[in-house]
Amino acid sequence: MLGGGTGGTLLANRLRRQLPRAAAEIVVVDADDKHVYQPGLLFVPFGLAKPEALVRSRQHQLRAGIEFHCSAIDHVDLQNDTVLLADGTSIGYDVLVVATGARLMPDETEGLLGPGWLEKVFTFYSLRDAAALQGALSAFNGGRLVVGVMDMPIKCPVAPLEFSFLADWFFRPRGIRDKVELTYVTPLDGAFTKATCNRELSGLLGEKGISLVTEFNTGEVDGGGRLISYDGREVPFDLAVLVPLHGGQAYVDRSPGLGDELAFIPVDQYTLQAKAKPNVFVIGDAADVPASKAGSVAHFEGQTLAGNIRRYLAGEPLDAGFDGHTNCFIESGFGKALLIDFNYDTEPVTGRFPGRIGLPLLRESRLNHAGKLAFGWLYWHMLLPGRDIPAVPSGMPKVGKHLSDAAQPGCAPN
Amino acid sequence: MPTASYAGTEVTVNDEGFFTDSAKWTEAMAPEIASHEGIGELTDRHWQVIKFMRCEYETKGTGPTVRVLGKTSGVPIKELYQLFPKGPAKVAAKIAGIPKPRGCI
Repeated sequence: MLGGGTGGTLLANRLRRQLPRAAAEIVVVDADDKHVYQPGLLFVPFGLAKPEALVRSRQHQLRAGIEFHCSAIDHVDLQNDTVLLADGTSIGYDVLVVATGARLMPDETEGLLGPGWLEKVFTFYSLRDAAALQGALSAFNGGRLVVGVMDMPIKCPVAPLEFSFLADWFFRPRGIRDKVELTYVTPLDGAFTKATCNRELSGLLGEKGISLVTEFNTGEVDGGGRLISYDGREVPFDLAVLVPLHGGQAYVDRSPGLGDELAFIPVDQYTLQAKAKPNVFVIGDAADVPASKAGSVAHFEGQTLAGNIRRYLAGEPLDAGFDGHTNCFIESGFGKALLIDFNYDTEPVTGRFPGRIGLPLLRESRLNHAGKLAFGWLYWHMLLPGRDIPAVPSGMPKVGKHLSDAAQPGCAPN
Repeated sequence: MPTASYAGTEVTVNDEGFFTDSAKWTEAMAPEIASHEGIGELTDRHWQVIKFMRCEYETKGTGPTVRVLGKTSGVPIKELYQLFPKGPAKVAAKIAGIPKPRGCI
Protein backbone atom coordinates (compact mmCIF):
# COMPACT_ATOMS: atom_id res chain seq x y z
CA MET A 1 0.00 0.00 0.00
CA LEU A 2 1.77 3.12 -1.21
CA GLY A 3 0.60 6.05 0.91
CA GLY A 4 -0.74 6.27 4.45
CA GLY A 5 -3.19 9.11 3.90
CA THR A 6 -6.98 8.91 3.90
CA GLY A 7 -7.38 6.26 1.18
CA GLY A 8 -4.40 4.08 2.10
CA THR A 9 -5.23 4.05 5.80
CA LEU A 10 -8.92 3.25 5.47
CA LEU A 11 -8.28 0.57 2.88
CA ALA A 12 -5.46 -1.08 4.86
CA ASN A 13 -7.74 -1.21 7.92
CA ARG A 14 -10.67 -2.66 5.93
CA LEU A 15 -8.43 -5.30 4.37
CA ARG A 16 -6.81 -6.23 7.69
CA ARG A 17 -10.27 -6.94 9.14
CA GLN A 18 -11.34 -8.95 6.09
CA LEU A 19 -8.21 -10.98 5.36
CA PRO A 20 -6.83 -13.49 7.89
CA ARG A 21 -3.26 -12.66 8.89
CA ALA A 22 -2.07 -15.98 7.52
CA ALA A 23 -3.59 -15.09 4.13
CA ALA A 24 -2.03 -11.68 3.61
CA GLU A 25 0.68 -9.43 4.92
CA ILE A 26 -0.14 -5.73 4.61
CA VAL A 27 2.62 -3.13 4.40
CA VAL A 28 1.87 0.61 4.25
CA VAL A 29 4.65 2.87 2.95
CA ASP A 30 4.78 6.61 3.48
CA ALA A 31 7.52 9.23 3.44
CA ASP A 32 6.65 10.56 6.91
CA ASP A 33 4.53 9.75 9.95
CA LYS A 34 2.33 12.85 9.84
CA HIS A 35 -1.28 12.29 8.88
CA VAL A 36 -2.90 15.67 8.22
CA TYR A 37 -6.67 16.11 8.52
CA GLN A 38 -6.88 18.01 5.24
CA PRO A 39 -10.48 19.29 5.55
CA GLY A 40 -9.20 21.31 8.52
CA LEU A 41 -6.74 23.31 6.39
CA LEU A 42 -9.54 25.59 5.19
CA PHE A 43 -10.13 26.80 8.76
CA VAL A 44 -6.50 27.56 9.67
CA PRO A 45 -6.19 30.91 7.84
CA PHE A 46 -9.28 32.19 9.68
CA GLY A 47 -7.93 31.16 13.08
CA LEU A 48 -10.69 28.55 13.42
CA ALA A 49 -8.31 25.58 13.63
CA LYS A 50 -4.82 25.22 15.07
CA PRO A 51 -2.35 23.63 12.63
CA GLU A 52 -0.94 21.22 15.24
CA ALA A 53 -4.43 19.95 16.11
CA LEU A 54 -4.85 18.63 12.55
CA VAL A 55 -1.87 16.24 12.67
CA ARG A 56 -1.65 12.73 14.11
CA SER A 57 0.68 9.78 13.63
CA ARG A 58 -0.02 7.80 10.44
CA GLN A 59 1.14 4.61 12.10
CA HIS A 60 -1.28 5.01 15.01
CA GLN A 61 -4.26 5.08 12.62
CA LEU A 62 -3.37 1.55 11.39
CA ARG A 63 -4.77 -1.62 12.99
CA ALA A 64 -2.52 -4.17 14.64
CA GLY A 65 -1.15 -6.52 12.01
CA ILE A 66 -0.32 -3.79 9.49
CA GLU A 67 3.35 -2.99 9.01
CA PHE A 68 4.26 0.69 8.55
CA HIS A 69 7.42 1.44 6.58
CA CYS A 70 8.60 5.05 6.65
CA SER A 71 10.43 5.93 3.44
CA ALA A 72 9.95 7.91 0.26
CA ILE A 73 9.32 5.86 -2.88
CA ASP A 74 11.87 5.71 -5.65
CA HIS A 75 9.83 3.84 -8.24
CA VAL A 76 7.54 0.92 -8.98
CA ASP A 77 8.85 -1.89 -11.16
CA LEU A 78 5.60 -3.19 -12.63
CA GLN A 79 7.31 -5.97 -14.56
CA ASN A 80 8.83 -7.52 -11.48
CA ASP A 81 6.00 -6.64 -9.04
CA THR A 82 8.41 -4.74 -6.84
CA VAL A 83 8.52 -1.31 -5.20
CA LEU A 84 11.94 0.28 -4.76
CA LEU A 85 12.13 2.68 -1.83
CA ALA A 86 14.40 5.68 -1.35
CA ASP A 87 15.96 4.05 1.74
CA GLY A 88 17.25 1.20 -0.45
CA THR A 89 14.62 -1.37 0.58
CA SER A 90 12.76 -3.24 -2.12
CA ILE A 91 9.35 -4.74 -1.40
CA GLY A 92 7.82 -7.40 -3.62
CA TYR A 93 4.04 -7.58 -3.83
CA ASP A 94 1.17 -9.76 -4.98
CA VAL A 95 -1.16 -6.76 -5.02
CA LEU A 96 -0.10 -3.11 -5.13
CA VAL A 97 -2.41 -0.33 -4.02
CA VAL A 98 -1.46 3.20 -5.04
CA ALA A 99 -2.81 5.68 -2.50
CA THR A 100 -0.27 8.47 -2.74
CA GLY A 101 -2.76 11.19 -3.61
CA ALA A 102 -2.05 14.39 -5.48
CA ARG A 103 0.98 16.65 -5.34
CA LEU A 104 0.91 20.46 -5.29
CA MET A 105 2.92 21.96 -8.15
CA PRO A 106 3.12 25.72 -7.50
CA ASP A 107 6.39 25.89 -9.45
CA GLU A 108 4.54 24.99 -12.67
CA THR A 109 2.83 28.40 -12.75
CA GLU A 110 5.19 31.15 -13.84
CA GLY A 111 5.87 33.62 -11.02
CA LEU A 112 3.72 31.93 -8.37
CA LEU A 113 6.73 31.27 -6.14
CA GLY A 114 8.56 34.41 -7.32
CA PRO A 115 8.63 37.87 -5.73
CA GLY A 116 5.50 38.34 -3.65
CA TRP A 117 5.26 34.68 -2.51
CA LEU A 118 4.29 34.62 1.17
CA GLU A 119 4.00 38.42 1.06
CA LYS A 120 1.06 38.95 -1.28
CA VAL A 121 0.68 35.47 -2.75
CA PHE A 122 -0.44 32.53 -0.61
CA THR A 123 -2.12 29.15 -0.71
CA PHE A 124 -3.85 27.15 2.02
CA TYR A 125 -3.36 23.61 0.69
CA SER A 126 -0.55 22.68 3.09
CA LEU A 127 -0.18 23.15 6.86
CA ARG A 128 2.75 25.53 6.55
CA ASP A 129 1.12 27.66 3.86
CA ALA A 130 -2.25 27.79 5.62
CA ALA A 131 -0.52 28.97 8.81
CA ALA A 132 1.40 31.64 6.89
CA LEU A 133 -1.84 32.87 5.35
CA GLN A 134 -3.40 33.25 8.78
CA GLY A 135 -0.85 35.95 9.59
CA ALA A 136 -1.49 37.74 6.31
CA LEU A 137 -5.28 37.62 6.66
CA SER A 138 -5.29 38.97 10.20
CA ALA A 139 -3.04 41.84 9.09
CA PHE A 140 -5.13 42.61 5.99
CA ASN A 141 -6.70 46.06 6.30
CA GLY A 142 -8.59 46.18 3.04
CA GLY A 143 -7.97 46.06 -0.69
CA ARG A 144 -8.39 43.48 -3.42
CA LEU A 145 -8.44 39.87 -2.20
CA VAL A 146 -8.40 37.40 -5.07
CA VAL A 147 -9.08 33.69 -4.65
CA GLY A 148 -7.84 31.85 -7.73
CA VAL A 149 -7.75 28.30 -9.05
CA MET A 150 -4.87 27.70 -11.49
CA ASP A 151 -6.41 24.70 -13.27
CA MET A 152 -8.38 21.54 -12.60
CA PRO A 153 -8.13 18.95 -11.22
CA ILE A 154 -7.66 20.09 -7.62
CA LYS A 155 -8.27 18.45 -4.25
CA CYS A 156 -11.66 19.36 -2.83
CA PRO A 157 -12.90 21.53 -5.71
CA VAL A 158 -15.30 23.39 -3.39
CA ALA A 159 -12.54 24.49 -0.97
CA PRO A 160 -11.59 27.72 -2.79
CA LEU A 161 -15.29 28.68 -2.91
CA GLU A 162 -15.59 27.97 0.79
CA PHE A 163 -12.52 30.12 1.35
CA SER A 164 -14.25 33.01 -0.47
CA PHE A 165 -17.44 32.61 1.59
CA LEU A 166 -15.47 32.47 4.84
CA ALA A 167 -13.43 35.52 3.84
CA ASP A 168 -16.67 37.49 3.34
CA TRP A 169 -17.75 36.40 6.85
CA PHE A 170 -14.30 37.00 8.37
CA PHE A 171 -14.02 40.68 7.44
CA ARG A 172 -17.51 41.70 8.64
CA PRO A 173 -17.00 41.66 12.43
CA ARG A 174 -13.66 43.39 11.80
CA GLY A 175 -15.65 46.25 10.30
CA ILE A 176 -13.67 46.29 7.05
CA ARG A 177 -15.83 44.20 4.71
CA ASP A 178 -16.70 47.35 2.71
CA LYS A 179 -12.98 47.98 2.21
CA VAL A 180 -12.35 44.48 0.84
CA GLU A 181 -13.01 43.72 -2.80
CA LEU A 182 -13.44 39.95 -3.09
CA THR A 183 -12.97 38.20 -6.44
CA TYR A 184 -13.17 34.50 -7.30
CA VAL A 185 -11.14 33.51 -10.36
CA THR A 186 -11.65 30.14 -12.03
CA PRO A 187 -10.65 28.39 -15.27
CA LEU A 188 -14.16 26.87 -15.41
CA ASP A 189 -17.11 28.53 -17.12
CA GLY A 190 -18.92 28.88 -13.79
CA ALA A 191 -18.35 28.74 -10.04
CA PHE A 192 -18.53 24.94 -10.06
CA THR A 193 -18.35 22.14 -12.57
CA LYS A 194 -21.90 20.82 -12.27
CA ALA A 195 -24.76 22.87 -13.70
CA THR A 196 -27.42 22.96 -10.94
CA CYS A 197 -24.80 23.37 -8.25
CA ASN A 198 -23.14 26.06 -10.33
CA ARG A 199 -26.37 28.12 -10.38
CA GLU A 200 -26.74 27.88 -6.61
CA LEU A 201 -23.12 28.71 -5.84
CA SER A 202 -22.90 31.54 -8.38
CA GLY A 203 -26.01 33.01 -6.74
CA LEU A 204 -24.40 32.72 -3.34
CA LEU A 205 -21.25 34.50 -4.57
CA GLY A 206 -23.45 37.33 -5.87
CA GLU A 207 -25.39 37.61 -2.60
CA LYS A 208 -22.16 37.88 -0.66
CA GLY A 209 -20.74 40.52 -2.98
CA ILE A 210 -18.00 38.31 -4.39
CA SER A 211 -17.16 38.97 -8.05
CA LEU A 212 -16.75 35.97 -10.33
CA VAL A 213 -14.20 35.80 -13.15
CA THR A 214 -14.61 32.69 -15.30
CA GLU A 215 -12.62 30.92 -18.02
CA PHE A 216 -9.46 32.51 -16.67
CA ASN A 217 -6.43 30.27 -17.24
CA THR A 218 -3.65 31.84 -15.21
CA GLY A 219 -0.43 31.85 -17.22
CA GLU A 220 1.55 34.07 -14.88
CA VAL A 221 1.44 35.44 -11.36
CA ASP A 222 3.02 38.88 -11.12
CA GLY A 223 3.94 39.17 -7.44
CA GLY A 224 3.56 42.93 -7.75
CA GLY A 225 -0.17 42.26 -7.79
CA ARG A 226 -1.59 40.84 -11.05
CA LEU A 227 -2.84 37.49 -12.29
CA ILE A 228 -2.30 37.31 -16.05
CA SER A 229 -4.20 34.79 -18.14
CA TYR A 230 -2.82 33.02 -21.20
CA ASP A 231 -5.23 35.02 -23.34
CA GLY A 232 -3.89 38.30 -21.97
CA ARG A 233 -6.53 39.29 -19.39
CA GLU A 234 -5.46 40.63 -15.99
CA VAL A 235 -6.92 40.48 -12.48
CA PRO A 236 -5.25 42.87 -10.02
CA PHE A 237 -4.79 41.92 -6.36
CA ASP A 238 -3.37 43.13 -3.06
CA LEU A 239 -3.60 39.63 -1.59
CA ALA A 240 -3.92 36.48 -3.71
CA VAL A 241 -4.97 33.10 -2.30
CA LEU A 242 -4.19 30.61 -5.05
CA VAL A 243 -4.80 26.91 -5.48
CA PRO A 244 -1.72 25.63 -7.32
CA LEU A 245 -1.70 23.09 -10.14
CA HIS A 246 -2.02 19.50 -9.00
CA GLY A 247 -0.44 16.36 -10.37
CA GLY A 248 0.37 12.85 -9.21
CA GLN A 249 3.55 12.06 -7.25
CA ALA A 250 7.01 12.32 -8.80
CA TYR A 251 7.76 8.58 -8.34
CA VAL A 252 4.86 7.82 -10.71
CA ASP A 253 6.81 9.56 -13.49
CA ARG A 254 9.80 7.37 -12.60
CA SER A 255 7.69 4.19 -12.86
CA PRO A 256 7.37 3.23 -16.54
CA GLY A 257 3.80 2.48 -17.61
CA LEU A 258 2.10 3.44 -14.34
CA GLY A 259 0.77 7.00 -14.80
CA ASP A 260 -0.56 9.48 -17.36
CA GLU A 261 0.88 12.85 -18.46
CA LEU A 262 -0.02 14.43 -15.12
CA ALA A 263 1.21 11.38 -13.12
CA PHE A 264 -2.30 10.32 -12.15
CA ILE A 265 -3.01 6.60 -12.56
CA PRO A 266 -5.46 5.49 -15.26
CA VAL A 267 -7.96 2.99 -13.79
CA ASP A 268 -11.26 1.36 -14.59
CA GLN A 269 -13.58 3.88 -12.94
CA TYR A 270 -15.96 1.19 -11.63
CA THR A 271 -13.54 -1.51 -10.37
CA LEU A 272 -10.59 0.83 -9.55
CA GLN A 273 -8.16 -1.64 -11.11
CA ALA A 274 -5.21 0.08 -12.80
CA LYS A 275 -5.01 -0.14 -16.58
CA ALA A 276 -1.26 -0.76 -16.26
CA LYS A 277 -1.51 -4.24 -14.73
CA PRO A 278 -4.26 -6.41 -13.17
CA ASN A 279 -2.56 -6.64 -9.76
CA VAL A 280 -2.43 -2.87 -9.28
CA PHE A 281 -5.35 -0.95 -7.75
CA VAL A 282 -5.76 2.73 -6.94
CA ILE A 283 -7.71 4.57 -4.25
CA GLY A 284 -8.29 8.28 -3.72
CA ASP A 285 -6.78 11.33 -5.42
CA ALA A 286 -4.03 9.35 -7.21
CA ALA A 287 -6.58 7.81 -9.62
CA ASP A 288 -7.70 9.47 -12.85
CA VAL A 289 -11.41 8.74 -12.20
CA PRO A 290 -13.89 11.46 -13.26
CA ALA A 291 -14.93 12.13 -9.66
CA SER A 292 -13.88 14.89 -7.28
CA LYS A 293 -10.57 14.49 -5.50
CA ALA A 294 -12.05 14.29 -2.01
CA GLY A 295 -11.85 12.19 1.14
CA SER A 296 -15.48 11.13 0.80
CA VAL A 297 -14.66 9.58 -2.58
CA ALA A 298 -11.80 7.58 -1.04
CA HIS A 299 -14.18 6.44 1.71
CA PHE A 300 -16.86 5.28 -0.74
CA GLU A 301 -14.22 3.66 -2.97
CA GLY A 302 -12.91 1.74 0.04
CA GLN A 303 -15.79 -0.68 0.23
CA THR A 304 -15.68 -1.63 -3.47
CA LEU A 305 -11.92 -1.79 -3.50
CA ALA A 306 -11.50 -3.95 -0.38
CA GLY A 307 -13.94 -6.41 -1.94
CA ASN A 308 -12.14 -6.33 -5.28
CA ILE A 309 -8.73 -6.98 -3.76
CA ARG A 310 -10.20 -9.94 -1.89
CA ARG A 311 -11.77 -11.17 -5.15
CA TYR A 312 -8.55 -10.69 -7.08
CA LEU A 313 -6.59 -12.73 -4.52
CA ALA A 314 -9.23 -15.47 -4.69
CA GLY A 315 -9.18 -15.47 -8.50
CA GLU A 316 -12.79 -14.27 -8.76
CA PRO A 317 -14.16 -11.64 -11.18
CA LEU A 318 -14.10 -8.04 -9.92
CA ASP A 319 -17.18 -6.04 -8.91
CA ALA A 320 -17.75 -2.94 -11.07
CA GLY A 321 -19.42 -1.40 -8.04
CA PHE A 322 -18.01 2.11 -7.55
CA ASP A 323 -20.53 4.66 -8.85
CA GLY A 324 -18.45 7.82 -8.35
CA HIS A 325 -20.25 8.73 -5.13
CA THR A 326 -19.03 12.07 -3.74
CA ASN A 327 -20.28 13.96 -0.70
CA CYS A 328 -19.07 17.44 0.25
CA PHE A 329 -20.03 19.99 2.85
CA ILE A 330 -19.60 23.53 1.55
CA GLU A 331 -18.96 25.96 4.39
CA SER A 332 -20.68 29.26 3.57
CA GLY A 333 -19.85 31.35 6.65
CA PHE A 334 -22.03 32.67 9.50
CA GLY A 335 -22.34 29.17 10.98
CA LYS A 336 -23.97 27.71 7.90
CA ALA A 337 -23.02 25.24 5.22
CA LEU A 338 -24.41 23.53 2.13
CA LEU A 339 -24.18 19.83 1.36
CA ILE A 340 -23.83 18.22 -2.05
CA ASP A 341 -24.08 14.52 -2.87
CA PHE A 342 -23.57 13.16 -6.39
CA ASN A 343 -21.97 10.45 -8.54
CA TYR A 344 -20.73 9.78 -12.08
CA ASP A 345 -24.25 9.97 -13.52
CA THR A 346 -26.20 12.24 -11.17
CA GLU A 347 -25.18 15.82 -10.56
CA PRO A 348 -25.77 17.56 -7.19
CA VAL A 349 -29.47 18.39 -6.73
CA THR A 350 -31.71 19.70 -3.96
CA GLY A 351 -33.53 17.43 -1.50
CA ARG A 352 -32.38 15.68 1.66
CA PHE A 353 -29.49 13.35 2.52
CA PRO A 354 -29.15 10.42 3.13
CA GLY A 355 -32.95 9.96 2.82
CA ARG A 356 -36.23 11.86 3.01
CA ILE A 357 -35.37 12.84 6.57
CA GLY A 358 -31.89 14.20 6.74
CA LEU A 359 -29.55 17.06 5.97
CA PRO A 360 -30.80 19.58 3.38
CA LEU A 361 -28.99 19.35 0.04
CA LEU A 362 -27.71 22.31 -1.93
CA ARG A 363 -29.15 24.79 0.56
CA GLU A 364 -27.52 26.83 3.35
CA SER A 365 -28.30 25.46 6.78
CA ARG A 366 -26.93 25.42 10.34
CA LEU A 367 -27.48 21.67 10.37
CA ASN A 368 -24.95 21.21 7.58
CA HIS A 369 -22.41 23.36 9.42
CA ALA A 370 -22.87 21.11 12.46
CA GLY A 371 -22.38 18.16 10.11
CA LYS A 372 -19.13 19.61 8.80
CA LEU A 373 -17.77 20.08 12.32
CA ALA A 374 -18.89 16.58 13.39
CA PHE A 375 -17.07 15.19 10.39
CA GLY A 376 -13.72 15.84 12.10
CA TRP A 377 -14.57 13.23 14.75
CA LEU A 378 -16.03 10.83 12.18
CA TYR A 379 -12.84 11.11 10.13
CA TRP A 380 -10.50 9.81 12.84
CA HIS A 381 -12.93 7.37 14.46
CA MET A 382 -15.01 5.93 11.60
CA LEU A 383 -13.52 6.84 8.24
CA LEU A 384 -9.86 6.01 8.84
CA PRO A 385 -10.60 2.79 10.75
CA GLY A 386 -12.45 1.74 7.57
CA ARG A 387 -15.94 1.54 9.08
CA ASP A 388 -19.16 2.27 7.19
CA ILE A 389 -20.82 5.44 8.46
CA PRO A 390 -24.30 4.56 9.81
CA ALA A 391 -27.11 5.36 7.32
CA VAL A 392 -24.60 6.53 4.68
CA PRO A 393 -24.30 3.86 1.96
CA SER A 394 -21.24 3.72 -0.29
CA GLY A 395 -23.46 3.88 -3.39
CA MET A 396 -25.16 7.25 -3.87
CA PRO A 397 -28.69 7.24 -2.34
CA LYS A 398 -31.46 8.47 -4.66
CA VAL A 399 -34.24 8.56 -2.06
CA GLY A 400 -34.73 12.11 -0.79
CA LYS A 401 -33.21 13.73 -3.89
CA HIS A 402 -35.18 15.98 -6.27
CA LEU A 403 -33.71 14.32 -9.32
CA SER A 404 -35.95 16.14 -11.79
CA ASP A 405 -34.05 19.36 -10.90
CA ALA A 406 -30.95 18.08 -12.59
CA ALA A 407 -29.75 20.05 -15.56
CA GLN A 408 -27.44 18.67 -18.21
CA PRO A 409 -23.90 18.35 -16.91
CA GLY A 410 -21.61 20.95 -18.39
CA CYS A 411 -18.10 22.20 -17.90
CA ALA A 412 -15.35 24.14 -19.54
CA PRO A 413 -12.10 22.45 -20.41
CA ASN A 414 -10.92 25.62 -22.25
CA MET B 1 -29.94 17.79 -33.04
CA PRO B 2 -28.68 20.81 -35.01
CA THR B 3 -26.77 20.26 -38.20
CA ALA B 4 -23.98 22.18 -39.90
CA SER B 5 -22.64 22.05 -43.41
CA TYR B 6 -18.90 21.92 -43.97
CA ALA B 7 -17.12 21.32 -47.30
CA GLY B 8 -20.49 20.63 -48.89
CA THR B 9 -21.42 17.85 -46.44
CA GLU B 10 -24.11 18.03 -43.78
CA VAL B 11 -23.08 16.79 -40.30
CA THR B 12 -24.87 16.67 -36.94
CA VAL B 13 -23.39 18.75 -34.14
CA ASN B 14 -24.44 19.40 -30.54
CA ASP B 15 -25.76 22.69 -29.15
CA GLU B 16 -22.22 24.02 -28.78
CA GLY B 17 -21.22 23.03 -32.31
CA PHE B 18 -19.13 19.94 -31.50
CA PHE B 19 -19.42 16.95 -33.88
CA THR B 20 -21.64 14.19 -32.53
CA ASP B 21 -19.89 11.63 -34.75
CA SER B 22 -16.17 12.21 -35.19
CA ALA B 23 -16.06 9.69 -38.06
CA LYS B 24 -17.99 12.16 -40.26
CA TRP B 25 -15.12 14.64 -40.11
CA THR B 26 -12.70 15.14 -43.00
CA GLU B 27 -9.63 17.33 -43.21
CA ALA B 28 -11.34 19.40 -45.88
CA MET B 29 -13.91 20.57 -43.30
CA ALA B 30 -11.35 21.99 -40.87
CA PRO B 31 -10.70 25.37 -42.57
CA GLU B 32 -14.43 26.17 -42.63
CA ILE B 33 -14.97 25.22 -38.98
CA ALA B 34 -11.90 27.29 -38.12
CA SER B 35 -13.20 30.38 -39.89
CA HIS B 36 -16.46 30.06 -37.89
CA GLU B 37 -14.23 30.22 -34.81
CA GLY B 38 -12.51 33.35 -36.08
CA ILE B 39 -9.31 31.64 -37.23
CA GLY B 40 -8.29 32.89 -40.67
CA GLU B 41 -5.78 30.43 -42.00
CA LEU B 42 -4.74 27.06 -40.61
CA THR B 43 -0.93 26.93 -40.40
CA ASP B 44 1.25 23.83 -39.96
CA ARG B 45 1.25 24.53 -36.21
CA HIS B 46 -2.56 24.55 -36.15
CA TRP B 47 -2.56 21.24 -38.00
CA GLN B 48 -0.02 19.76 -35.59
CA VAL B 49 -2.48 20.44 -32.75
CA ILE B 50 -5.58 19.32 -34.70
CA LYS B 51 -4.00 16.00 -35.70
CA PHE B 52 -2.72 15.48 -32.17
CA MET B 53 -6.25 16.07 -30.80
CA ARG B 54 -7.74 13.46 -33.12
CA CYS B 55 -5.02 10.95 -32.33
CA GLU B 56 -5.52 11.42 -28.57
CA TYR B 57 -9.28 11.10 -28.96
CA GLU B 58 -8.96 7.90 -30.96
CA THR B 59 -6.64 6.27 -28.42
CA LYS B 60 -8.14 7.60 -25.18
CA GLY B 61 -11.78 8.37 -25.94
CA THR B 62 -11.47 12.02 -24.90
CA GLY B 63 -9.50 14.98 -26.18
CA PRO B 64 -6.75 16.41 -23.95
CA THR B 65 -7.14 19.50 -21.75
CA VAL B 66 -5.05 22.57 -22.50
CA ARG B 67 -2.59 21.64 -19.74
CA VAL B 68 -2.06 18.16 -21.18
CA LEU B 69 -1.83 19.63 -24.70
CA GLY B 70 0.94 21.93 -23.49
CA LYS B 71 2.83 18.98 -22.03
CA THR B 72 2.40 16.52 -24.87
CA SER B 73 1.53 18.13 -28.22
CA GLY B 74 4.91 19.74 -28.79
CA VAL B 75 3.27 23.19 -28.78
CA PRO B 76 3.70 25.17 -25.54
CA ILE B 77 0.60 26.63 -23.84
CA LYS B 78 1.43 30.25 -24.69
CA GLU B 79 1.64 29.40 -28.39
CA LEU B 80 -1.54 27.30 -28.15
CA TYR B 81 -3.38 30.43 -27.04
CA GLN B 82 -1.87 32.39 -29.94
CA LEU B 83 -3.09 29.72 -32.36
CA PHE B 84 -6.52 29.27 -30.77
CA PRO B 85 -7.14 32.47 -28.79
CA LYS B 86 -10.63 31.51 -27.57
CA GLY B 87 -9.40 28.43 -25.71
CA PRO B 88 -7.07 25.89 -27.33
CA ALA B 89 -8.54 22.60 -26.13
CA LYS B 90 -12.14 23.58 -26.84
CA VAL B 91 -11.61 25.25 -30.19
CA ALA B 92 -9.06 22.73 -31.49
CA ALA B 93 -11.45 19.91 -30.53
CA LYS B 94 -14.25 21.58 -32.47
CA ILE B 95 -12.05 22.07 -35.56
CA ALA B 96 -10.81 18.46 -35.24
CA GLY B 97 -14.39 17.16 -35.23
CA ILE B 98 -14.19 15.49 -31.80
CA PRO B 99 -16.37 16.01 -28.70
CA LYS B 100 -15.57 18.70 -26.16
CA PRO B 101 -12.78 17.36 -23.94
CA ARG B 102 -13.94 16.00 -20.61
CA GLY B 103 -11.61 18.22 -18.70
CA CYS B 104 -13.14 19.02 -15.38
CA ILE B 105 -14.90 17.49 -12.44
